[in-house]
Amino acid sequence: MAHQSGPSGFLLTTYESAINWTRTRSMWAATFGLACCAIEMMATGAAHNDLARFGMEVFRASPRQADLMIVAGRVSQKMAPVLRQVYDQMSEPKWVISMGACASTGGMFNNYALVQGVDQVVPVDVYVPGCPPGPQSLLHGILMLQDKVMAGEITR
Amino acid sequence: MSDTPNVVTGDLEAPTTEAPQEPRDAASAAADARREVHDMWVAGTEEPEWMRSYTNEGAQEMLEADQDPARELHRGTVVEDDFMEDEPADDDELQILNMGPQHPSTHGVLRLHLELDGETIRRVKPIIGYLHTGMEKTAETLTYMQGSTNVTRMDYLSPMHMELAFSLAVESLLGVEIPERGQAIRVLLTELNRVSSHLVWAATQGTDLGAVSMLIYGLRDREYILEFFEKTTGLRMNHNFIRPGGVAADLPDGWEEDVEQIIEKVSQGVSEYEELLNGNPIFQDRTIGVGVITPEECKALGVSGPMARASGIKWDIRKAFPYSGIDKYDFEVPTGKHGDVWDRYQVRIAEIWQSLGIVRQVLETMPAGDYRTPDRKVTPPPRKRIDESMEALIHHFKLFTSGYKVPVGETYRAIESPRGELGMYIVSDGRERPWRMHARTPSFNHVQALPTMMTDSLVADIVATIASADPVLGDVDR
Repeated sequence: MAHQSGPSGFLLTTYESAINWTRTRSMWAATFGLACCAIEMMATGAAHNDLARFGMEVFRASPRQADLMIVAGRVSQKMAPVLRQVYDQMSEPKWVISMGACASTGGMFNNYALVQGVDQVVPVDVYVPGCPPGPQSLLHGILMLQDKVMAGEITR
Repeated sequence: MSDTPNVVTGDLEAPTTEAPQEPRDAASAAADARREVHDMWVAGTEEPEWMRSYTNEGAQEMLEADQDPARELHRGTVVEDDFMEDEPADDDELQILNMGPQHPSTHGVLRLHLELDGETIRRVKPIIGYLHTGMEKTAETLTYMQGSTNVTRMDYLSPMHMELAFSLAVESLLGVEIPERGQAIRVLLTELNRVSSHLVWAATQGTDLGAVSMLIYGLRDREYILEFFEKTTGLRMNHNFIRPGGVAADLPDGWEEDVEQIIEKVSQGVSEYEELLNGNPIFQDRTIGVGVITPEECKALGVSGPMARASGIKWDIRKAFPYSGIDKYDFEVPTGKHGDVWDRYQVRIAEIWQSLGIVRQVLETMPAGDYRTPDRKVTPPPRKRIDESMEALIHHFKLFTSGYKVPVGETYRAIESPRGELGMYIVSDGRERPWRMHARTPSFNHVQALPTMMTDSLVADIVATIASADPVLGDVDR
């Protein structure tokens, strides 16, 4: 956080970085598991990797209470409208992580059934590579998103 | 034109818009399974009789109440948790509730249409296809060498079993024999995978019933197995390690100690779950007598695996049609009696113990030798030979670019996956890619059994029943 040290007992900062800091430290993800990556997303939240270290262990079942959608897995043509609806139901400000090769580009399934990249449906902030990405990769993606939020302006 | 009567003259038959009524007996309740067979019909062969009739693929609406096969099948079997009433409620008293596809307790992207009479579920309709990936079609574009990369992503909780079923099918077409060490490695990995899959089931079953600490415990113990898998195969999931012709590599140095530790830690963990759940009155109340399925219904709906065994059917592919030398190991097939959620819990926990027993036996009797077939038409040459021999280099290149040809024929090989009978059907036309590949996946049939288990029970029992069926939606939709 950008701040200046003044007299003892005072902490000066800008309004914007204070808001951004609170946003990064209480980012709640929607439970939106699709395929293999969802299992790794669960593993990230469980004991060994402990997502709670980043203020993110609260997975909300309702998109209305979530700030972050982790698209974990392959998105079929049938699922795409549902995904968009879940995104629209989330309240601003909101972010999207595209987890895994399938969500990012369609992965190895270049066929009639899959959406070739979830960025055709919703705007994506961070792409996490891997098939499936391990918990460490997802954590790295989350930290990158936090950096992005910290560096960004408040537009919404 | 309004006075023109709508009459068709001559020999023409008036076009009918009504669907012909299919006979409604217990077997025809398995309409979804037949729809699956629909995909299997090969053009040019004779069309089955029932296929000429209209099939309702619409799947978005419910059938009329008196036509619903699931309701018919269930009539007459009154079990403890059923809330049958003499007078059915009027239509305007019934409430339609949609559950999913985005719901934390549907284990993925399953969607359920529920018709409720107050708190009682009158009818259920599962709607699937939200994870349809077209894998069977993709398999036709991949060589047999690349094929296991594809199938391993179907049932992502038991990738080893998917690979094994595919490899066994290809090997039976090729007619190659796997050395004993390769077979033992396969048994070791698949049984460990069965344990890890059941641990995820234990985690989700507990969470869905409110025991959230089970999520942490189950995934904690699963992580020990995944660490070993990562060390052996290079990946935590989707390994592509069991391939036609054997396995991709030998076990890493020091695997004995790793497996020893896994057995120790998982045994300790499973003992903890039993302590936590067995005597837990809330867990008992929410599972005993809930989601009952009878052995007859299991057979009619194609239910297999732990679900059928919990109903008392002593059926295990490992005993009935042994594969990969699993008959050399000593293990039992645990069965239940009542076919409710509680029995399924007991059966799965018992299976974890049996699988750990098999793993220990493999550990003690691991034979020496080669881990893949010496047949150079299927197996790439060893790395050392590539440096010395031009022939080996060319051979390696050819194998990985164009693959190997498989004789003309068709085959079906089934194995026992953590969920039930997992079969792989492959038709070869003599080239290096399958002409058709089809997976008979257990979760598909278990989802179709959900209405039978849920009808006339309470809303609160839905998540308990889904969790006990342990469906993997990648396995259902493929």
